[in-house]
Amino acid sequence: MAGRNSPLRWRSGQSPLGWLALIGIAIVALFPMYWLFVMAVTPLGTIAPTEPALFPNPFSLANLNRLLSGAKDYGRWAVNSMLIASVVTIWHVFFDTLSGYAFAKRNFPLKNVFFWLILSTLMIPSQVTLVPLYVVTRQLGLIDNILAVILPGSAAVFGVFLMRQYIQTLPSELEDAARIDGCSEIQVFTNVILPLCKPAVAALAIFSFVRNWNDFLWPLIVLNKSVNYTLTVGVAGLQGEFSTDYGIIFAGAALAALPMIIFFLAFQRYFLEGVRMGALKG
Amino acid sequence: MARVKTFLRKHGWSYLFILPTMLTFSVFVLLPVISSLVISFQKYSLRNGGTWVDPIYKNYIDAFTTQSGVFLVAIQNTLVYSFFTVISNVLVGLILASLIQPLSQFFKTFFRAAYYLPAVTSAIVIGMTWRYIYNAQWGLANFVLRKVCTITQELVCIPEVRWLSNPDIALGSITLSTILTVPATAVVLFSAAMGGIPKEYYEAAELDGAGSLRKWWNITLPLIRSVTLYLAVLYTIASFEVFEKIYIMVPAGVANATQTIVTQIYQNGFQQFNYGVAAAQAFVLFLMIAGVAVFQFRALRSDVEY
Repeated sequence: MAGRNSPLRWRSGQSPLGWLALIGIAIVALFPMYWLFVMAVTPLGTIAPTEPALFPNPFSLANLNRLLSGAKDYGRWAVNSMLIASVVTIWHVFFDTLSGYAFAKRNFPLKNVFFWLILSTLMIPSQVTLVPLYVVTRQLGLIDNILAVILPGSAAVFGVFLMRQYIQTLPSELEDAARIDGCSEIQVFTNVILPLCKPAVAALAIFSFVRNWNDFLWPLIVLNKSVNYTLTVGVAGLQGEFSTDYGIIFAGAALAALPMIIFFLAFQRYFLEGVRMGALKG
Repeated sequence: MARVKTFLRKHGWSYLFILPTMLTFSVFVLLPVISSLVISFQKYSLRNGGTWVDPIYKNYIDAFTTQSGVFLVAIQNTLVYSFFTVISNVLVGLILASLIQPLSQFFKTFFRAAYYLPAVTSAIVIGMTWRYIYNAQWGLANFVLRKVCTITQELVCIPEVRWLSNPDIALGSITLSTILTVPATAVVLFSAAMGGIPKEYYEAAELDGAGSLRKWWNITLPLIRSVTLYLAVLYTIASFEVFEKIYIMVPAGVANATQTIVTQIYQNGFQQFNYGVAAAQAFVLFLMIAGVAVFQFRALRSDVEY
C-alpha cells in the first residue's frame, strides 16, 4: 500500500486499470484520424502501397500539390461549404433567438398552435421530405445553386426549440424594466434578451455550423456541377475520379477535416457545453 | 378597423418576430412533409405531377416488393446494425464516463475532448478513412492481423480478410467501424449526469461501508436511468438513418448485404426516380422512429423521480 503522500496514491475510484482503459480507448478512437493525416502526407504515388504507413516518413506535401492541381474545384468546394454553413448559422442565431423569445416570453393568439406545429415536426426524419423538397427546389429553379442548400438549412427548427427552452429560464423583470425605460420591442430583444443568451447562442451557432458543414445527402442531390459542390460532396467524389490515386484521396479528406478539427480545438469548451444542452450529436 | 389596429399594436411585434421562422418552416418543412405523405399515395413524375395509384396503398406494397423485396433485407440490415451499435455505444459511453468521473478536472476535460474530437468531422471523412483501413492489401486492419500473427509466433493467425467485398462480413465490418468510433455524445452526457449526483449519496453509502463498485451499481446507475434511455433512443434513431458511411465505404454495394433503409430511399427516389415508392419507404422509416420515441415517452413517464 502506498503512503499518504506517495505519488502512487490513487484518488478514490481511480485505478491503474481504469487509466489504462481510458488511454487505450483514446488511442483507438483517435488512431483512424491520425492515420488519415499520416497517409495524406506520405508520398504514395499512383502505385498502391504494400503496407500502411504508420508515421509520416518521408514527410511530403506531394499529395497535396497533386490534389490542388488535379481536383481544380477543391477551393470552390471549400468556399461553397463556408458560405452555406456561415449564412445558415447567422440565420439561425438571429431568427431562432427572435422566435424563441416570442414563444418563451410573449403572449399572442395561436401561439401554442404554432409551437406545437414546430414541435411535432422535430421527430420527423429528414429523409421524409427529400422528394417534395427536390420538387420545390426544381420549381424554384434552384438546382445547382447553393441557395438550394441554404434555404432548407435555414428552415431547421431545432434551434427555435433550444432557444425557447433557454429564454424561459431568464427573469422577465429585465424586459419590463427596459420597457419602462422607453426601449422599443426590438430594443428589448437586441439590448436585453440577446446579450443574456450568449451561452445558448454559442451552442446553437456551433451546432448549426458543424451540421451544415458536414451535411451530405441533400447537397449531393441538388448540386450537380463540380464547381457548385460542397466539400463533403466533392471529397466523396474524389474516390470515383481518382480511384487508385490514394494520395490525392487521403489529402482531400484530411484537408476537408482540418477546419472542423481546428474549430473544435479553439472552441472546445463551447462544444462540450453545447452537447450538454442537447444541441450536438455525435 | 380600430379593432384591427389595437390587435396589431398588441400582437404585431410577436407575429413579426416569428415570421421569418414560420415562413421558412412552412415552405421547407411543413409543406414538404404533407406533400410527401400525398406523394406516397401517388405515381409522381417531375413533368406531369402526381396521379393517385390504385389501390391507394399500392406504393406501400411496392415499397416491400420491388426488386424482389430488397427493402425487407434493408430493414433487417438496418436493425442488425442498430442493435449492435446502440448497445455498444451506450455501454462504451457509460464505462468511459464512469472511468473519467474520479479524475481531476484537467484530465476530465482532456479525455472528454479527446473522445469528442473525431465526432466533429463528417461521416464522409470518417467513412473514407475506414474504407482504406479495411483495404484488403494495404489497409490497417489486415496489417494488424499480420502483426498479431508474427508477434504470437503464428499462434493467432487470421488469413487476409476481404472486409468490405465479402458479402458475408461487409455489414459486420461497417458495424465494427461504428463500434470502434467512440460515442462522443454518450461520454459527455453520462459525464454531466454523473457530475450532477449529490455527493451526500455517496458519503452516506461510504458510511455504510460500500465500495466503489457497489456505489456505482446502487447509486450511479439508477440515477442516470433517464439519460441512458435518452441516449439509447438518440443512437437508435441515428442508426436507423445510417447512410453516408455506407455510401462512402461500399459505393456499389456488396450484393444486397449493405442495403439499409436510407440507401433504399435514395436509390428508389434519386436513381430509379420512383418517387412514390421512395416517399412510402420514408414514411415506413418515420413510423419506426415514432415507435421508438413512443417507447421512450412511456418508459420515462413511469420513471421514478429521486
